[in-house]
Amino acid sequence: MAKAKARVKTKAGKTSRPRKSADKLVLVATRKGAWIYRGDKSSWRADGPHFLGHIINHMVLDPRDGKTLLAAASTGHLGPTIYRSTNLGKSWEESPRPPAFKKQEGGRTVKRTFWLTPAHANEPNVWYAGTSPQGLFRSEDGGVTWNEFSGLNDDPQYREWMGTEQDGTPSGPMLHSIIIDPRDPKHMYFGMSGGGVHETTDGGKHWKPLIEGMEVVAGFDAKTVSFHDPHCVQLCPSNPDRLYQQNHCGIYRLDRPSKVWKRVGKAMPAKVGDVGFPMVLHPRDDETAWVFPMDGQTVWPRTSIAGEPAVYGTSNGGKSWKRLDQGLPKNQAWWTVKRQAFAADRGAPVALYFGTTSGELWTSRNEGKSWACIARHLPEIFAVETAELG
Amino acid sequence: MAVKILIASPLRPYTDADEVEADGATLGELLKDLDARYPGIRFRMIDEQDQVRRHMRIFINGEPVKNLAHPIGASDEVSIVQALSGG
Repeated sequence: MAKAKARVKTKAGKTSRPRKSADKLVLVATRKGAWIYRGDKSSWRADGPHFLGHIINHMVLDPRDGKTLLAAASTGHLGPTIYRSTNLGKSWEESPRPPAFKKQEGGRTVKRTFWLTPAHANEPNVWYAGTSPQGLFRSEDGGVTWNEFSGLNDDPQYREWMGTEQDGTPSGPMLHSIIIDPRDPKHMYFGMSGGGVHETTDGGKHWKPLIEGMEVVAGFDAKTVSFHDPHCVQLCPSNPDRLYQQNHCGIYRLDRPSKVWKRVGKAMPAKVGDVGFPMVLHPRDDETAWVFPMDGQTVWPRTSIAGEPAVYGTSNGGKSWKRLDQGLPKNQAWWTVKRQAFAADRGAPVALYFGTTSGELWTSRNEGKSWACIARHLPEIFAVETAELG
Repeated sequence: MAVKILIASPLRPYTDADEVEADGATLGELLKDLDARYPGIRFRMIDEQDQVRRHMRIFINGEPVKNLAHPIGASDEVSIVQALSGG
């Protein structure tokens, strides 16, 4: 695999905690390949492209072993596959059995694997994958081979809620936001665009919609599961009874055991609104979260609001939101941030990272107060994940 | 009965050659043997419902073929190409 290496300096400010050199990884998945950025407190080294020309929808490092790296890949012509590395991308092996629906009359075809989630800490080597069109898959051998999981993919009710390809996003319908409760591997959530948020408490034997309180496009019935379009759902690492969600129709919070989402995005400034793709949570504070609003007016430009990109953060569970745009372009920046392309690390203070549809990689080392650009001129960025070594 | 197969450039990372050989009395058998020689190559061009993927094409003696039951003769020329699409 051909690779190019370059050192990239940032203008990032000082951090309050010294870090070892090259202890951070930022995994960047793009429309034309993948990059691994290795950083310390002041500089970043670009390792890539990996899979130049491949569409990489997601690249995730297994936090349980710190070495298994999976990349969900396809190309414009070739079918989807999964690549796997156990040496941080020095070499890759292709899955001999990537996610695929069973062959049957009227059977579906996986167009792309869209989402990768390592399973519970007590289930080493288990991973979950969400696909487009919507499908849920599981690997029990560290991502080498994949099988359909839980009967969901052929469940008649769920197939109805999944709808057809015309019912999905412009990039196709997708299953995403696969979440494992850190207290119980049998308690899981996922989202579907379209098709709502769903929950199981018995390891996938039964699933139930979790859509109460979520709004849908005006004029449609919110009781109809297939009308719901959660863009990104996240569970608080510090409080597994709290979830946040960025939806096609607002920003929401859910405090279990309640089953009713609360639209906390109504506290966003009216001229900005609460439409967007990503949802990012603080690793230790369940009151703190970040979003990246985008333009959802008229024909859905899906750009930053007025060409003036900004992250908005809350530190009180969504009661109020603060604009965080220091260092970002002041105008004429018509990009947005996709649902997997915004991530937080576990540092103190937390560092944030997002990738743009225009191929820029940005970071904040102070929880969003100021921003610096790590890289420009990459292909359209689909996903950003963080990891720490050692 | 080894048949020569022209390999499209996106699939050459599997074969390391633009022309390879495989055995089979039908297109399906030929692709199965090709996959045994170059693991993973079949799924990139044939989906799980045994359909040629949307942007791939298979030609036998210059004619497009989608039916995996299509018979293969010893003198047939098989070409796997990518459709003229992209972006």
